Amino acid sequence: MNRVLLTGNGAAAWGARLAEADYIPSFPITPQTEIIETLERWCTDGEMDGTVVTLESEHSMITAAAAAAATGVRVFTATSSQGLMYGMEMIYTVAGWRAPFVLVNVSRALATPVTLEPDHTDVLGARDSGFLQIHCATCQEVLDSVLIAYRLGEDARVRLPAIVNEDGFYLSFTREPVELPDPDAVRRFLPPFRSRGIEFRASRPISQAVAVLGSAPYSYFRYEAHLAALAALPAYDEAAAAFASEFGRRWPAVEAYRAEDAEIVYFMIGSFATKAKDAVDRLREAGRKIGLVRPRLLRPYPEGALRQHLLGKRAVIVIDQNLSMGKGGVLYAELASALYGRPGAPLLVSFVGALGGRDITAEEFYEMAKVARQAADAGVAPEPRLLYTAGELRELRTLQAIAGAERRTIT
Amino acid sequence: MTAMIRSMKDLPSMHLLGAGTAMCAGCGGLEAIHQIYDLIGGKTVFVNAAGCMTLLSTYPFTPFRGGWIYTSMASAPAGAQGVRDALDILLRKQRIARDEDMTAVVLAGDGASFGMGLSATSAAIERGLDFLYLCYDNEGYGNTGQQTSGATPHAACTSTDSGERGYRGWKKDLFAIWAAHRPAYAATVIGADPVDLAKKIERALSLKGPRLIHALAPCPTGWDFEPQDAIEIGRLAIRSGMFPLKEYVGGAVVHTRVPHPRVPVEDYLRRQGRFAHLFAPRRNDRLLAEIQAQVDAYWRGVA
Repeated sequence: MNRVLLTGNGAAAWGARLAEADYIPSFPITPQTEIIETLERWCTDGEMDGTVVTLESEHSMITAAAAAAATGVRVFTATSSQGLMYGMEMIYTVAGWRAPFVLVNVSRALATPVTLEPDHTDVLGARDSGFLQIHCATCQEVLDSVLIAYRLGEDARVRLPAIVNEDGFYLSFTREPVELPDPDAVRRFLPPFRSRGIEFRASRPISQAVAVLGSAPYSYFRYEAHLAALAALPAYDEAAAAFASEFGRRWPAVEAYRAEDAEIVYFMIGSFATKAKDAVDRLREAGRKIGLVRPRLLRPYPEGALRQHLLGKRAVIVIDQNLSMGKGGVLYAELASALYGRPGAPLLVSFVGALGGRDITAEEFYEMAKVARQAADAGVAPEPRLLYTAGELRELRTLQAIAGAERRTIT
Repeated sequence: MTAMIRSMKDLPSMHLLGAGTAMCAGCGGLEAIHQIYDLIGGKTVFVNAAGCMTLLSTYPFTPFRGGWIYTSMASAPAGAQGVRDALDILLRKQRIARDEDMTAVVLAGDGASFGMGLSATSAAIERGLDFLYLCYDNEGYGNTGQQTSGATPHAACTSTDSGERGYRGWKKDLFAIWAAHRPAYAATVIGADPVDLAKKIERALSLKGPRLIHALAPCPTGWDFEPQDAIEIGRLAIRSGMFPLKEYVGGAVVHTRVPHPRVPVEDYLRRQGRFAHLFAPRRNDRLLAEIQAQVDAYWRGVA
């Protein structure tokens, strides 16, 4: 067993190295850059037999990544936030090429205002693209998920690229003990890349990603990709089972923590779910029947597993670290659509928060549990709430007042 | 391919690109691509940027013997990078035989080449990418109805510059932009001069690295002339000096055709509806003189 201290970015790089990625098109952006720098160093030093190329933008980077995958090599790439947005045309485009590769997105909040710290609005922008999405809560999970993502995306039933998501700063720059899988065991779990006919060879010329005229071929290809994404649900379960038997770590599509007998559960993705686990433990000590349900897989959406875990609960506290302007939390809306009209559907209580890296304190977790309990008792879901404290507002107002005073003194 | 093209007799007699595509009658871009494809052949991957030629391959048909991949308007050079790098990796790791290799060819219109795709192109040249870049230049966003692009000539009327002065800017010098990057090769060509075109393709194929083939593409629908006049208009573009045929190789620019004497630009402009406002209802002497002066100044610099 090889246990080392790794940041989330280090773990992502190790995932690419153990997957023996052939090609790594890259472009720097905070907080992702450490991943490509690490891989570049390994490839230069000969510790890894890969080719790193720096493109001039994420739009080009994603194009090069997919074009290389479509030529028949295993590809890894990574980005964050504005980079993902800049490449978004190609995220949506290349998913349809059915040439799988893995992209690690290090979540960082989007402009405006421009900032460095994380939330999930960036990666949810890729939600409808055809990329599979795996969301991680720990550094170990980042490494393991990269390996699972390759196996899943390259599955003959699936053939789609995948995003593995980790939170900027909270995971990307946090060192945790990570078990490095044995390279031979990884090779057993993840066989060499197979192009399955999607490749460019002089003896077998093909056309890829050609235009269509009319809606019938268009719908045909879009439905094919959707059905392939749905086929990734059973394929994921198989890959996770194979991973568990090879490495002993279980990464189900939906993680349930002390949820079985819980009446109320937290529902969220990403590294802050570990804070929710801590809150669950404290509230359990106080006698509350509470748990956590965390979808790791967000695309395809594991509706069946979610229903299994959530139907029959009194209330679900949905914590969205994202914001769809004019609607609210994305996870909340999606979960509602999965549970609506089902017998035993729980009351959903929506909270939006932790935008731009804002913490969610233990007290807030307890307060959300209290609000959910009261709502369940009353049988009425409260209006969605935006997490923000009087203290935060006061601090902001003070800053504004200071800046205003400074301006008046110099003019 | 046989060595050294000197005359029409040396050009390939077999045509490789399939017929029956969705291009307009008289398309000068397709004419150039036909001739180029005959010379570069099917061991190629055409990496396409959004433009008229995107409709060459429409599911489930293609006129190409070799590979094709559509990317986006801005990132075809990056697609060529991915294809080239992947083939190099497969060759280095001995996962494919040497004769499975293919040449990456970007196929892009002037909209992508002069505008949105310039950043990706510049970076591909910086990296020394081994690829051919084939720009068919019909001097406007052709497949959306001829709006002004960075390649639109001075005073041309487009669907976004429809006033009596036409487009107020000047055609961007793509050749010079490439040459400033010190690529392996850059050339301007036109389908109406097949021997000059073939010699340049032959030279480009003998080199490695970033190589530009910039083909002026007379466009019956966008420039407003009859399809049967496409060759004649192309010849006038050369003979008037409006479109200089030249190449950049080894750091030097050589003009491969020096029109002498040059016919007045009027003879070229008058044949196209996009310049009709320079002649009717009143002759616009000032604009005509501006265009002529610009062409004259260019050729004075060539001497």
